[in-house]
Amino acid sequence: MPFEGIGASVKRREDGRFLAGRGRYVDDMNRPGQVYAYIRRSDRPHARIKHIDIAAAAAAPGVIAVYTGADMAADGIGGLPCGWQIHNKDGSPMAEPLHPVLAIGKVRHVGDPIAVVIAETKTQAKDAAELLVIDLEDLPGLADIRAATAAGAPLVHDDVPGNVCYDWHIGDKDAVDAAFARAKHVVKLDLVNNRLIPNAMEPRAALGECDVAGHYTLSTTSQNPHVIRLLMGAFVLHIPEHKLRVIAPDVGGGFGSKIYHYAEEAIVTWAAGKLRRPVKWTAERSESFMSDAHGRDHVSHAEMAVDESGHFLALRVSTLANMGAYLSTFAPSVPTYLYATLLAGVYKTPAIYAEVKAIFTNTVPVDAYRGAGRPEAAFLLERLVDAVAHDTGIDRVALRRANFIPADAYPYQTPVALQYDSGNHEMTLAEALKAADYAGFPARRAEAARRGKLRGIGISTYLEACGIAPSQVAGALGARAGLYEVANIRVHPTGSVTVFTGAHSHGQGHETTMAQLVADQLGVPLDQVDVVHGDTGEIPFGMGTYGSRSLAVGGSAMVKAMDKIIAKGKRIAAHLMEAAVEDIEFKDGAFRVTGTDKAKALAEISLAAYVPHNYPIEELEPGLEETAFYDPKNFTYPGGCHVCEVEIDPETGVTKVVNFVAVDDVGRVINPMIVEGQVQGGVAQGIGQALLEGAAYDANGQLLSGSFMDYTMPRADNLPNITVGTEITLCTHNPLGSKGCGEVGAIGSPPAVINAVVDALKEYGVRHLDMPATAEKIWSIIQANRPKMAAE
Amino acid sequence: MYDFAYQKPASVADAVKLLATGPEAKVIAGGQTFIPVLKQRLNKPSSVVDLAGLGLSGISVSGNTLTIGAMTTHATVARSAEVKKAIPGLAMLASWIGDNQVRHRGTIGGSLANNDPSACYPAAVLALGAVVKTNKRAIKADDFFQGMFTTALEPDEIITAVEFPLPVEKSAYEKFRQPASRYAMVGVFVAKGPAGVRVAVTGAGQNGVFRVPEMEAALAKSWSADAIAGVKVSPEGLNSDIHGSAAYRAHLITVMARRAVAAAG
Repeated sequence: MPFEGIGASVKRREDGRFLAGRGRYVDDMNRPGQVYAYIRRSDRPHARIKHIDIAAAAAAPGVIAVYTGADMAADGIGGLPCGWQIHNKDGSPMAEPLHPVLAIGKVRHVGDPIAVVIAETKTQAKDAAELLVIDLEDLPGLADIRAATAAGAPLVHDDVPGNVCYDWHIGDKDAVDAAFARAKHVVKLDLVNNRLIPNAMEPRAALGECDVAGHYTLSTTSQNPHVIRLLMGAFVLHIPEHKLRVIAPDVGGGFGSKIYHYAEEAIVTWAAGKLRRPVKWTAERSESFMSDAHGRDHVSHAEMAVDESGHFLALRVSTLANMGAYLSTFAPSVPTYLYATLLAGVYKTPAIYAEVKAIFTNTVPVDAYRGAGRPEAAFLLERLVDAVAHDTGIDRVALRRANFIPADAYPYQTPVALQYDSGNHEMTLAEALKAADYAGFPARRAEAARRGKLRGIGISTYLEACGIAPSQVAGALGARAGLYEVANIRVHPTGSVTVFTGAHSHGQGHETTMAQLVADQLGVPLDQVDVVHGDTGEIPFGMGTYGSRSLAVGGSAMVKAMDKIIAKGKRIAAHLMEAAVEDIEFKDGAFRVTGTDKAKALAEISLAAYVPHNYPIEELEPGLEETAFYDPKNFTYPGGCHVCEVEIDPETGVTKVVNFVAVDDVGRVINPMIVEGQVQGGVAQGIGQALLEGAAYDANGQLLSGSFMDYTMPRADNLPNITVGTEITLCTHNPLGSKGCGEVGAIGSPPAVINAVVDALKEYGVRHLDMPATAEKIWSIIQANRPKMAAE
Repeated sequence: MYDFAYQKPASVADAVKLLATGPEAKVIAGGQTFIPVLKQRLNKPSSVVDLAGLGLSGISVSGNTLTIGAMTTHATVARSAEVKKAIPGLAMLASWIGDNQVRHRGTIGGSLANNDPSACYPAAVLALGAVVKTNKRAIKADDFFQGMFTTALEPDEIITAVEFPLPVEKSAYEKFRQPASRYAMVGVFVAKGPAGVRVAVTGAGQNGVFRVPEMEAALAKSWSADAIAGVKVSPEGLNSDIHGSAAYRAHLITVMARRAVAAAG
């Protein structure tokens, strides 16, 4: 039998059903008597709702019900909750305006749900929705954060002055000011982190059911069904947990956008209760563009104080973060504890001060998207470091090396709250430069120049934080939930194993990775282990999958549960083999009496546990099933070095990524193939952000990039072969040593790409350009700087 | 989409009759534009008349004419030995339209009748001086395209074939793709044949496909990329959107034209 344990590139067992079209997604589910919801959304960025006339829609063929915000309010339903509370500089809590499930009084962004029509067929619901007469009075709208903070700007929420959600800061301002006062160089940079639209392959969908006894079931495209049960049950619909089951079956990609509790989930569940019929809603792709939480959208000013030998003395950052029209579930945490706390990066900058203002605008709510705050931090820092190199003339690799936190300085306390446990930035840098043939670049640049092309190379040495923890600290920082994970491991009588995990797989391959982990640790064949996830009816509890936490936190919970299984197994084995418990060791799937040839396989122990004829029944309960809740002691800190090489066609401005190397430290790897796939996908998204993607709004808040005709997703021909390497240090505080790999690709790559583009354009006097670096943007830069070059 | 009556006549005459049954009767050829439009409820036809049963598909060379049936798919044109031999630029253009699925459903007649300002075929038909044959008449390319989504076709007129005059001495197409949709942001077809030297541009103009007389004059004197390198196209009348300003499109016309001339050899 081939090796299938920890470290084996086992093929993903879930892919058979996905590739054969046998996946079971929410929209594949159909129930007897099911009806369909269609949501009429605002096509205006900002307007007062003067009147809604539902009569014609309600009378249309097949229509069962038409509901508006007033109907939900009449049932005592308030708004969608926010799961994270930030406090202002002065200690007061952030502004938390009502986020109605269906609009009340005003619409605040294109896509804001106004009314729902429920009919026997989807077409009837959609036809009837066109008959709704909605009288809107347009109000001036806002899309740009800077415009929203201007004096006299229109107010998105009448009760939020200046459109400011919060004005927060972190770090030692005085220490930073003092360092700047004695700096040899002060390097300044203004940056925009472009707004992205997630575009999971599967659009969101929700199916609500309610049985005669008042038990509700919501099947939904979620990354964290238990969190949805808690948020929707306790805070929106007031359904107690024991009467609400939330199922997240196969889910086709999330990238963060399926973490949040969305209006449609509440609408179909509530309507199913009122109508006592299953109610299904499935987003059309154009609805995804205007209702899935967007990502990023920061405007920042950064300054680095540098001494005469190139050492960073202090970093000062000021950021405006777009929240969109309402607070999505975890939005406030993204530009604060997932962003500003990462501004030390891999550098021993002794003093850091960051202030962040979160701003409401008439745009789709913004929340965590693959990387969530850390890509914004990495982009800012790695661009700023290149700007320091540019302004001081110090080589960018030497500059990084001079400022790295040395490997022997771990654990390392940063000036912005986090304590890094492990890392070796020199190691990943050296390996990446070697893999990218960095030394050979000048020759390649010269060769490209002979072909009339501008070639550039860029590096980023980044660090990020995964598996937000511990719960107590997260709570102190404003989280309104815990951040542990849960595993239940059930060893069946004949020794096969079912693993119930609170993490959720929506493309990550958990059914394979987690089975490998458990099979390896319990010493059973891989095909004897199954993984169950995504159902509050089956799994004790869980916080779900985001922030690259599933293995580091969820896998650690499994290790803890297995520890309990093994401990109990030892006691059973000691009884059966008439030995002392202390003399039993567990290895390779068998319990052995140390120093003898006496052994019992796990299956013999489990059989004894379930058929306890010869069993220490006075001391032990029968059965072999254990649950563990694992609350980590710290974040994990993956990091690494990405090297990007680009070639620009100066005639058209088109950038081609010709080579990309990612060497990441993700801690212990269970399945190298899956890790490589995660990194490849993340890098693809990062290249997308750097060169192609950008949500476009007009000044008023009308969405201009509302379909794939105008929103540029990266395609295969936009991407190079991506060389993925791993050079690991182990996480020191979780039992697996794993750090997480889901987001490193999307975090490390955008600055590497833009650093390469800037490098390619250096002869044109370019010091910085914002993402996406589109062909037209680059062409315009070349045009604007041509005369200067000619004059020189 | 909204409900509509679907009809699939077996003759051009029957198709024309069905089209006359109502002002909201629409023709479907390959449907690669029309079906998305229907799905987005941007059109509410009373009936849809499918041309797939009319036998309008096929490619033939006869004397000095290459004839492509209106219902011939882009994929068929792209891989046709006759087209590759007679007008290689036309096969190249067809091979770059949309994606593989679109190329196996979309048709030359459908593309021309729709006259999307970003469609590729209009550039070839205009540059090659082709003739659009309908159930009623033959329309010269110069007269056929009348602005964005507008053609010389009358409501009860159906394209049956497109005739390309031969011999074509030079032909090539270069396309700068709009990054998201991959439609032509600027597509330039250059040709030298019975219609003379022509340079036709699609994607860039607010009113659809147009010719560039300064480039044609320069190429007529000397067929070389260098001959048109200095020709600047005015941004006046060109499209401007989130993917490219009129000035950028104007610049790209010269770049694409030069590259097309070089590719034509």
